[in-house]
Amino acid sequence: MTAPARHQAEAAPLLEMRNINKTFGAIRALSGVSLSVRAGEVHALMGENGAGKSTLMKVLSGAYRADPGGEILINGQPVQTGNPIKAKASGIAVIYQELSLAPNLTVAQNMFLGAEPSRFGLVDRRANERKAQPILDRLGVGFSASTPVGQLSLGERQMVEIARALTTNARIIVMDEPTTSLTTRETDRLFEVIASLKAHGIAVIYISHRMEEVYQLADRVSVLRDSAYVGTLDRSELSASRLVSMMVGRDLSSFYKKEHRPPSGERKVVLSVRNMGDGFRVHDCSFDIRAGEVVAMAGLVGAGRTELARLIFGADHRRSGTISIDGRECDIRNPRDAMAAGIAYLTEDRKGLGLFLDMSISENINIGVIGQDAQAGSLLDFKAARRRADKAVTSLAIRTSGTSINVGALSGGNQQKVLLARLLETRPRVVILDEPTRGVDVGAKSEIYRIIDDLAQSGIAILVISSDLPEVVGIADRVLVMREGRIAGEITASAANPITQEAIMVLSTGASEDHG
Amino acid sequence: MMTAVETERTRQEKLKLRATLTALGMLPVLVILAIGFELLSGRFMTINNLSIVMQQASINIVLAAGMTFVILTGGIDLSVGSILAASAMIAVIVSLVPDYGMLGIPAAIAVGLAFGIANGSLIAFLKLPPFIVTLGSLTAVRGVARLLGGDTTVFNPDLPFEFIGNGTLFGVPWLAIIALATVAISWFILRRTVLGTWIYAVGGNAEAARLTGIKVPLVLLFVYGMSGLLSGLGGVMSAARLYAANGLQLGQAYELDAIAAVILGGTSFVGGVGSIWGTLVGALIIAVLSNGLILVGVSDIWQYIIKGLVIIAAVALDRYRLKGLSRT
Repeated sequence: MTAPARHQAEAAPLLEMRNINKTFGAIRALSGVSLSVRAGEVHALMGENGAGKSTLMKVLSGAYRADPGGEILINGQPVQTGNPIKAKASGIAVIYQELSLAPNLTVAQNMFLGAEPSRFGLVDRRANERKAQPILDRLGVGFSASTPVGQLSLGERQMVEIARALTTNARIIVMDEPTTSLTTRETDRLFEVIASLKAHGIAVIYISHRMEEVYQLADRVSVLRDSAYVGTLDRSELSASRLVSMMVGRDLSSFYKKEHRPPSGERKVVLSVRNMGDGFRVHDCSFDIRAGEVVAMAGLVGAGRTELARLIFGADHRRSGTISIDGRECDIRNPRDAMAAGIAYLTEDRKGLGLFLDMSISENINIGVIGQDAQAGSLLDFKAARRRADKAVTSLAIRTSGTSINVGALSGGNQQKVLLARLLETRPRVVILDEPTRGVDVGAKSEIYRIIDDLAQSGIAILVISSDLPEVVGIADRVLVMREGRIAGEITASAANPITQEAIMVLSTGASEDHG
Repeated sequence: MMTAVETERTRQEKLKLRATLTALGMLPVLVILAIGFELLSGRFMTINNLSIVMQQASINIVLAAGMTFVILTGGIDLSVGSILAASAMIAVIVSLVPDYGMLGIPAAIAVGLAFGIANGSLIAFLKLPPFIVTLGSLTAVRGVARLLGGDTTVFNPDLPFEFIGNGTLFGVPWLAIIALATVAISWFILRRTVLGTWIYAVGGNAEAARLTGIKVPLVLLFVYGMSGLLSGLGGVMSAARLYAANGLQLGQAYELDAIAAVILGGTSFVGGVGSIWGTLVGALIIAVLSNGLILVGVSDIWQYIIKGLVIIAAVALDRYRLKGLSRT
């Protein structure tokens, strides 16, 4: 607690949150949290999922009203909590993790949503776009203000979110994991923008799980744990071990788990993909995966990795290509065929394409088996369902007080484990995991790595699509790099030549070709 | 200070409480209405009157059961009233065939099923929006119903299955028995079969359902087929009650009462959440209101206004009650 006190003497804080408590019924989501942010600083906010970061930011943005006793001061002036309009007027802008854009509207319309520049009450679409374009140029994006948001990738939509915050002349911008869906190039661009915001005296509250980003950006780091404030570190005091122990209270020495042995050439090929393409975003992709092998698929957002995975899984229609499992060619036309052939796919969009949020944990685990095996008219086997759910909760360490609870009540990491349990129950030969650790806290991440390692040891062929380069390097036996819909290269780990992040970046950006 | 595990646990207990309250749903409203009408009129809670209420509710319960299947998948079926009219015409026309009059029942149900399958095919295979498809069949099937009788009323004073409309079994009206059996069978399909789980899954997240390997088109075909079939059954029931059918007048605006019953029962309009018990309670609320307001002596015009407002108020109350419990 001495650190914030010392800084207050140096510069008056732009934002002060004092003694913020928030309870939901009997649940205490925030307990006496204080946070002080100075103008022109990047203030990182860290903590495991469920630590209270998002709740604190929702109190700041006015989405929640703080319990009596707490106060928020901006430039020394108290701001009424629980009022999003007042919060916005006092210069607070929040970019949420879950994108909140209307896909049917254009980029410009989304940027000015709720504050449309108008003349005589009529919306002037051209003026709208003229005002939006310079902000987009400043962000260095590759689309124009008149593009419908529906045509943009997840990464590009995030950029629109940031552009929207810039339109409101915010003094304090909260970014909640802004880089999760950005490419490395977009991330670099974002960091430049953050630097220029800083130079203009804007304070950025930056929520992130990625240690590297925090090192690169943050002037100070505050840590929350179990709904309470743990402390603030100055840039000069930052160290990984200190931050991790503040966040989780334990040491994470063996973070990436890799105990399985990478297979030699003798191990037989399980999945064999040849000339796969959809004539649009994926072209002529061929590769093999052996039993017990963990292959990571790296590449920039938009390189076609998810599209390729969906083609293999039969979720989208393919134009060309064949898929063989154990040397036998399979005719895969839809996800049912793929599952029957032994392929399982974990989607990158957990809530949108994976979970049934209105259903229980048990139903979410069992529905994969139900969808695959059972005939529509047959009766549900409640005993078998309970057995499967209980087994999954134990073996994957899903933290819950029961399997009949709604899956929406779980944290992101535990939801991901429920999805993993669902696809493992179908007894696959090949598992494709699309960004398995996105939006998952540090503890759950290491558990997911352990699960991946266990699966590899049991002889399953695994393809992990990941944008997190340390993760790729940490878990993969071999890396396939995609660029512009094609497989640009392959990197195999060996004792003499371990996989490096640099080698992956060179392949995914095409840097080597640019230099001849 | 609470640990994270404890916080998680209380949060989950909270959600359990919420589930219980959701399950209870509109039952308290039904009970309050019944007690209120008894106090006001003194004649509501008699065996005789309750039997009348049940009879009045029965056709709507059957239609609303079918509608529950459809709305659980996130769809809507506007054509149930028209299908009921066409099926009732078939039921009466076939009942006039000497010696084979009883065939009117399967014929009407088959016709209802056929119209339902037609709706379902357009929605499942051509991927047309349910609202548009069933809005079209609302009009088209109404035309078919008028065509069937040459735009006149068909009668059969010796209807072989008139007991369905007016008879009782051990003192319980056949109409009520059919309605309750429909609810029981619907409950069984929704809660005890694989298909039921598929229906909830498709309504909850259709794309996730497809990626899980669920045959989404089959599910859609089934729910619209079921709605059509139950509309056909409704046609038999109303023909049996009236000894007659009229393609123009029968079943007008029945789809609205069915939808109201489903929504009053707490089934989410976007799909994935709801129960058949809720629908039963919803349909009974509507029937109790109609019956009770007559007993109390409220005029026909005011009945409409009060019924509409009660539906809105009940649903508003429901949303408000649940909102206080939710988090994030």
